[in-house]
Amino acid sequence: MSRLSALTVDRYKPVLLLLGLLPLLRWFWLGWQGELTANPMEFLTRSSGTWALVCLLVTLSVSPIRDVLNQPALIRLRRTCGLFAFFYAALHAITWAWWDQGFVVGSMWRDVIDRPFITVGMLAFLALLVLALTSNQRAMRELGKRWKTLHRLIYLIGALVILHYWWHKSGKNDYTEVLVYGAVMLLLLAWRLAGPWLIARFRPETKKASAS
Amino acid sequence: MTRYKYPEPKSSEITPQRVWTQRRQLLASGTLMAATGALPFSSAMAQRNQQSELAPLPAKANFDYVSMEALTSQKDVTTYNNFYEFGLDKADPAKYAGAMKVQPWSVQIEGEVAKPGIYGLEDLLSLSPMQDRVYRLRCVEGWSMVIPWIGYPLSALLSKVQPTGNAKYVEFVTDMQPDVMKGLSSSVIDWPYREGLRMDEAMHPLTLLTFGVYGTVLPNQNGAPVRLVVPWKYGFKSAKSLVKIRVTEKQPLTSWVAAAAAEYGFYANVNPNVQHPRWSQATERRIGEGGFFTPKRPTQMFNGYADQVASLYAGMDLTKNY
Repeated sequence: MSRLSALTVDRYKPVLLLLGLLPLLRWFWLGWQGELTANPMEFLTRSSGTWALVCLLVTLSVSPIRDVLNQPALIRLRRTCGLFAFFYAALHAITWAWWDQGFVVGSMWRDVIDRPFITVGMLAFLALLVLALTSNQRAMRELGKRWKTLHRLIYLIGALVILHYWWHKSGKNDYTEVLVYGAVMLLLLAWRLAGPWLIARFRPETKKASAS
Repeated sequence: MTRYKYPEPKSSEITPQRVWTQRRQLLASGTLMAATGALPFSSAMAQRNQQSELAPLPAKANFDYVSMEALTSQKDVTTYNNFYEFGLDKADPAKYAGAMKVQPWSVQIEGEVAKPGIYGLEDLLSLSPMQDRVYRLRCVEGWSMVIPWIGYPLSALLSKVQPTGNAKYVEFVTDMQPDVMKGLSSSVIDWPYREGLRMDEAMHPLTLLTFGVYGTVLPNQNGAPVRLVVPWKYGFKSAKSLVKIRVTEKQPLTSWVAAAAAEYGFYANVNPNVQHPRWSQATERRIGEGGFFTPKRPTQMFNGYADQVASLYAGMDLTKNY
């Protein structure tokens, strides 16, 4: 398979954009159909959280896929994926602030302080906010080498998000979904450590290309 | 018993005039109503027989327990349920509980009683006159409903089986039907589902042995054919589809205490001042009320039944005994 050019990959960005908006469109469709369950606020809170996590996992899988397929240009899709993770995380945070806390600042503050489950969720969201704000070309230029260090925060965010989800499910001992998402997350993080070595071992001729 | 005084409702919560003015018409036209003499006092009646496949369960309104609050729709009451034997999703019980076998049915009563035995559903149904009662239901998860139940006080049954001097607690056990209850294979709870009350709680006139809702026998997902309803406690205390009632001397180990004692206590009284580890209990989302801009409601102490039940807990530290 020949190398995809940056131009070719860029041509598919609108498709990715549309794909990323599907969960949002689905909510509108369900709302239109009156299918948002008897408790629409809870449904949307949970659904937005789930999609934020899914987008985060997709973001983290871009570089492993790039390495495995040996298609360096695919990395150009990563920022859009990351921004969608932020987008759904922001909606998730808004559902909490609005429907759970009624936008009462004091109540929100207490919730963040009192409940570890909320604390880690909020920390993850704030870190994601920083990454979203520094995701543009200008920030990359200005931060230089520090940009990469800063954006390693994504690993911490991944861990916090799984913990948040774990605690959310802990009251009912219902960990099946968390374990599935957690396993995927772990695999993607482990790839960072072992991936390049695996590729070098099984595909020696591509060693140089995948080194980045 | 003190007659319950409902708090002044907001105008939006009062039964719509359209429904109210139909009450005589409903009384006149509904043969069921005419036959039983039941007075349609709330919008419950306007929605009766929506699920026509369920047998009607005639009952008389108990005016001590009639609410002016707007009822939660029959659709929401029967499709948004926690009944983990059928799955963890709230839509699961309505989807899968239809396969539950509810006939024939009997309840075994054992333990510290003079007359233990197996009581058939027919005997239970005719044990005491059926009453229509409108209760608030507050789930520990932070949502609430207003539901027109049909049943009679559990005390009627307990008095009949004559608790002994050692009777301090009552344990309730839900049925297990592994072939249709796919949830039983999960380890969320150590099955069967067990709940419990202190004897004075079980004998309290508010505690309802429940056979119907919205004018008919219980749909399976709501705990057919017989369940408990304890309106001043979080919903999980109101065990469904009962097959065993055990009167004991020692406090029974209930399913949720066994699963997560830090989160769910034996008493589980609705209390806005004692927060759950993962969320505040100060407010609640009333299902079906308003839209996205409707704020949550403040949760009331003992779910608004403090006048009736607060005395049961006099001198108790409700923060410790949550």
